[in-house]
Amino acid sequence: MTVILGQLFTGVSIGAVLLLIALGLALTFGQMNVINMAHGEFIMAGAYTTYVLQQTVTDAGLSLLVALPVAFAVAGAMGVLLEWALIRRLYTRPLDTLLVTWGVSLMLQQLARDVFGAPNVQTKAPDILTESTSLGTDLSIANSRLFILGLVVLAVAALTAALRFTPLGRRIRAVVQNRDLAAVSGIATGRVDRLTFFIGSGLAGVAGVALTLLGPIGPTMGTNIIIDAFLVVVVGGIGQLKGSVIVAFVLGMLQAMVEYLTTLSVAKVIVFVAIVAFLQWRPQGLFTLRTRSLA
Amino acid sequence: MLRFHRRRLAAFSVALAAALAVSACGSKTGEGDDTGGVTADTSGDTVKVGLLNSLSGTMAISEVTVRDAIMLAVEEINAAGGVLGKKLAPVGEDGGSDWPTFAEKAEKLIKVDRVAAVFGCWTSASRKAVKPVFEENKALLFYPVQYEGLEQSPYIFYTGATTNQQIVPGLDYLKAQGKKSVYLVGSDYVFPRTANKIIKAYAEANGLKVLGEDYAPLGSTEFGTIVNKVKASKAEAVFNTLNGDSNVAFFKEYKSAGLTAAAMPVVSVSIAEEEVKSIGTQYLSGQLTAWNYYQTTTGAANDKFVKAYKAKFGADKPTSDPMEAAYVSVYLWKAMVEKAGSFDVEKVKGAADGVTFEAPEGLVTIDGATQHIHKTARIGKIGDDGLITEVWNSGSPVKPDPYLKGYPWASGLS
Repeated sequence: MTVILGQLFTGVSIGAVLLLIALGLALTFGQMNVINMAHGEFIMAGAYTTYVLQQTVTDAGLSLLVALPVAFAVAGAMGVLLEWALIRRLYTRPLDTLLVTWGVSLMLQQLARDVFGAPNVQTKAPDILTESTSLGTDLSIANSRLFILGLVVLAVAALTAALRFTPLGRRIRAVVQNRDLAAVSGIATGRVDRLTFFIGSGLAGVAGVALTLLGPIGPTMGTNIIIDAFLVVVVGGIGQLKGSVIVAFVLGMLQAMVEYLTTLSVAKVIVFVAIVAFLQWRPQGLFTLRTRSLA
Repeated sequence: MLRFHRRRLAAFSVALAAALAVSACGSKTGEGDDTGGVTADTSGDTVKVGLLNSLSGTMAISEVTVRDAIMLAVEEINAAGGVLGKKLAPVGEDGGSDWPTFAEKAEKLIKVDRVAAVFGCWTSASRKAVKPVFEENKALLFYPVQYEGLEQSPYIFYTGATTNQQIVPGLDYLKAQGKKSVYLVGSDYVFPRTANKIIKAYAEANGLKVLGEDYAPLGSTEFGTIVNKVKASKAEAVFNTLNGDSNVAFFKEYKSAGLTAAAMPVVSVSIAEEEVKSIGTQYLSGQLTAWNYYQTTTGAANDKFVKAYKAKFGADKPTSDPMEAAYVSVYLWKAMVEKAGSFDVEKVKGAADGVTFEAPEGLVTIDGATQHIHKTARIGKIGDDGLITEVWNSGSPVKPDPYLKGYPWASGLS
């Protein structure tokens, strides 16, 4: 029984990680329809930011907290640069965007290799985040996982609130629903695009900080992540945040339960089969936004 | 980062290497002598030796350190007067982490450069790819990395550990510590699966219970469930054959689940000094590794090796087991040549049995029958400083037994 409870939490925490890496993408891909293959490298940038900060701020806990906003700004700035330099010229050519951003992702990987070296680097986590909270005799929950769960809840809440209640959020939604109408209503769509991209890429940076608690920090870490992130957004449905949220946790739970009963390799296969079957049934994803402009 | 491409492309590489070997037959006429071999060019004041390592691609991180160690040995030998009065001229080739390229470059080293011996290769896949090339051309390869055993080529000398010099001692150690049960975690490809087959056969014969066995795809970084299963099994130890980045995620998860080296130690076979650096001692401190050499191994030969390596390549560069095995392989070849009094491959091979070298890991002796070497097995504990200190060794060098013929429990393995 305790094992099942432990697995339930594992499922939730896998979901939280999935959601965290997909959240930025839900904004740039989900809302703006930009296929940004370099999203994984923005996550990597966030992780390396944590590493660099720790060289100066040696207290592990403090540097982690400082890293969150700094990584948001660094990855966000990279996103804005990418949008300004390349993507805005390609809004009508989605396939070219895919190729261009993939090229950018390869360049960023090589850059990381040249600057930080090919081997993985390590960061020191604050001691409290390497321990676990005990719930009863055999059940314990990893603090790092709790931290990530908290972080993702905060990020989703902040993003939802921003989209729903702020003027910027209204503008983003307006541009997503009907770009031309928004433009004639006096919204500077170009600037809204750039801001959306800043927030979406910044969230990738935050995800990168969180991932330093769980896995390796290296030049290729982004490539392992990007597929999962796209899966969540595609299955969740373009143009909606709640789809991604639900799908991330459902996939996390499915993965954890199937893996517990079988093996990791089999669980991955079954999850993919489930996704393919689901997309056959609902090619547009879990939720769809009814608009005139989106095909 | 380690041997993670060991066998993935094995079938493909073997097929390709076979194709290469066939084409070699066709083009060989007039090039070699009538026994089918290509004789090394030893006419000048120097004799060429080949260095075949991946200097680019995914394996470069590991293989560059091996190449550095080989270069160090070559320079030391040259400074001391060379081999049979001839200086060594190293010829380097980049295998590019691509197994067919390894076969191609091996052929180039043998036929165009006419080297006396080749040192290198890391993954089993690359070794399998070049094996037919060396056999066809009757040329020598020295392979410096621990591997899964069950192989014996007449033209390859294996200076890394075979299974009975690493995995079996690791299990002996756990048994001696009174551990009654073990959980197996590995990457999902041939090396860990072969290793675990051996471990399970050992366990059955030695009253050790295997409470579970889990594999993660290479590169996998989600270990929540596996660690939960390990924890729920209440095993007394974990035997870890994970490779590469997965180790980082596994040990982070392991520590955060509240599992400790004191209560449930993990014995790893692919974590050496460099890997410790990239995982973080915070997560690894106190865990165990099985190898034949550590940077901290005591002895004058190792002091000299570590000092020379750091002087040449940087004080922050650790020395590791595969590097040491590569360094030793050059000296062993030198000793064999001197014993034979000739660079001729068959004569050198004939002189191999019983050749010894006072290596950084201690005295090593070539076993002529298997062309592996007698090595001391060691279990080490990872310290807070990132170095590994020995907690147990086999006392004397262990005779290599690549097919585990000397172990009755292994008779069912193939």
